[in-house]
Amino acid sequence: MHKRKGKWLMENKWFTISVYSENNVGLLNRISGIFLKRHINIESLNVSKSEIDDVSKFTIVVNTTEKWVHNIVGQIEKQIEVIKAFYHTDDETIYQESALFKIASGLLFDERQIQNIIKDNNAQIVTVSRDFFVIAKSGRRNEVDEMHDQLKPYGIMQFVRSGRISVTKDVMEISAILKEF
Amino acid sequence: METVKEKKTNIDAKKALQISGAEALIHCLLAEGVETMYGYPGGAIMPVYDELYKFQDKLTHILTRHEQGATHAAQGYARVSGKVGVAIATSGPGATNLVTGLADAQIDSTPMVCITGQVTRELLGTDAFQETDIIGISTPVTKWNYQITEASEIPEIMAKAFYIAKSGRPGPVLIDITKNAQIEKFEFSYKKCTGVRSYKPVPKPDMSAIEAAADLINNAKKPFIVWGQGVILGQAENELKQLVEKAGIPAAWTIMGVSALDSDHPLNVGMVGMHGNYAPNLMTNECDVLLAIGMRFDDRVTGRLTDYATQAKVIHFEIDPAEINKNVHADVAVLGNSKETLGLLLPLIKENKHEAWHNIFKEKYQIEFDTIINDDIHPTKPGLTMGEVIEEINLASNNNAVIVSDVGQHQMIACRYAKFSQTKSNITSGGLGTMGFALPAAIGAKMGAMDREVVAIIGDGGYQMTIQELGVIFQHKVPVKIVVLNNDHLGMVRQWQELFFEKRYASTVMVNPDFVKIAEGYSIEAKRISERKDLKSTIQEMIASKEPYFLEVKVEQEDNVFPMIPSGASVSEIRLK
Repeated sequence: MHKRKGKWLMENKWFTISVYSENNVGLLNRISGIFLKRHINIESLNVSKSEIDDVSKFTIVVNTTEKWVHNIVGQIEKQIEVIKAFYHTDDETIYQESALFKIASGLLFDERQIQNIIKDNNAQIVTVSRDFFVIAKSGRRNEVDEMHDQLKPYGIMQFVRSGRISVTKDVMEISAILKEF
Repeated sequence: METVKEKKTNIDAKKALQISGAEALIHCLLAEGVETMYGYPGGAIMPVYDELYKFQDKLTHILTRHEQGATHAAQGYARVSGKVGVAIATSGPGATNLVTGLADAQIDSTPMVCITGQVTRELLGTDAFQETDIIGISTPVTKWNYQITEASEIPEIMAKAFYIAKSGRPGPVLIDITKNAQIEKFEFSYKKCTGVRSYKPVPKPDMSAIEAAADLINNAKKPFIVWGQGVILGQAENELKQLVEKAGIPAAWTIMGVSALDSDHPLNVGMVGMHGNYAPNLMTNECDVLLAIGMRFDDRVTGRLTDYATQAKVIHFEIDPAEINKNVHADVAVLGNSKETLGLLLPLIKENKHEAWHNIFKEKYQIEFDTIINDDIHPTKPGLTMGEVIEEINLASNNNAVIVSDVGQHQMIACRYAKFSQTKSNITSGGLGTMGFALPAAIGAKMGAMDREVVAIIGDGGYQMTIQELGVIFQHKVPVKIVVLNNDHLGMVRQWQELFFEKRYASTVMVNPDFVKIAEGYSIEAKRISERKDLKSTIQEMIASKEPYFLEVKVEQEDNVFPMIPSGASVSEIRLK
């Protein structure tokens, strides 16, 4: 849509797209193809079960204009196996990511500061073995990034961060929608 | 309690009821009312062809000469009949050859079910002979697709395939069936699909939106209707006519919608878009209320979006929610089936006549007639024009023919000048612009409407993309009339080269074979004309013929199609020359 009626801002923003769908082979391909066709990069993607039995939930994060996110959500919702799709801005959702840090065990004893970093960041040690220990951290992207920056000087053996997961402040009436079909 | 003997008898009876997946597939097609299908056999689909052999008295299979031809024939069949077109092919190259037809059917909302064979389940993912990931390949160009890997899935999935293809906004569905699923036996029973949990094909009309639309229409001084194929797909031709007449609104069409309203209706003001008529394009930017009915604001219709109908309140009647606000902002969106929503709108509409406003369209038409149309259909120059050929076909067929056009200059001329008195009569590749569409689509159209005259209008370029389908016309004596408008060029690209690339005619000159001889090779009666004196009588002869007929008309080589809205220009910038 063009902006003549001034309804949507044409600047790029972060949007979280939530898709409730059947759990079928090939649907991920169908959904990701909608982004591919429009040359839009998916910043993060998470697929999980939802609050309703047998209904899957995709959580997709994109940085684009509202015009495009509206268009994309329309195209996603049109797919046969999609029950409903929504988009929200960051301030309309509660969201976070999870990260795991694998660090050499010796550092836990040699570098006292590491214990402070874990405490200060509200992170948890999930396992300790002879050679390495693993820290789990959940939070917003910048919080995970900050912790990463603090640990980096000591040496991180492995690092991984999950896609965003989010719930909306608004009510999601999927059960009611399901009854309408 | 059953005895051992009884148990054995029961098991034997059950086994007797079991049929193969391939046979089950045929029963599904018959249950869905399929009478004709188009396709091409091959290794991975052979069990199904073996059943087609056994059922040939109930189900006609037409062997096209290429799988692409099968899809376009199925599309032509679907578009004239309103039924679901069916195409079938083997795995690998057979499947990939369907892709163009799938994409065409997807963008032009044509109900079609394509069936492909696939390597046996154990071989999936092993790069087996003729294995290709047709589900992955076809995903972006299908409304739905599914891979069947066991026979017992066949009834439910086929029922779902037909339901999805034809319901709501129609579209193509591809069902890939592994070879083991065609061979395995199971107990068959069939139930038609009446709904899919996550799929709502037709939105419920919102009465408040309809009231808001009526209010805008009743208060409009300069209302304007643009309708598209949604009117035909929704079978709302009658409602459209009533609306146009009751509210006295000038109405224009997209090439996908044209035949929904009689070409000679006084309020039919012609075609919108790049090569559409002068008045409706200009008036798009003058109207105060724009009613878009069953159309999707394609860029070839709107030109530059930022200057499209910015002065107007836009009312969008549409079945597909994803189309609302996609390209043009709708002040009022009326979701639903067009027959239903227009039916609800009509009682709220006040009778009106916008004579002064309608007169502006007539004045602009006169300008276009004097500068373009008259020279196109009543030329005085020596060379034949495409326009006069179409005009003669109108006269010879009484505006009653189904016109199947290919893609390019001849398509624009055919859509501009062909006249229609019945719906579902203009079959063309609108959204995808698929050269090679017309010949196979005309075969399907004729078989879908045997009582209608079907005339294919094709350029010399597009004709050679699917020319092998003459074999189908020959083998099955399909009485289609084929008119090749031969300018020995890829005319539309040549026109752009002339206008926008300083006449650098890169690869647009065609050295063509003797088309008459080729047609004669297929035992099709064939003629070539290049002079005006032969035009009328030859076209009359062609229309009168009960057999397939091929006519090559040598037309002016460097004619251009006008009016024209250059790519990226506004509808207001429409050029008359």
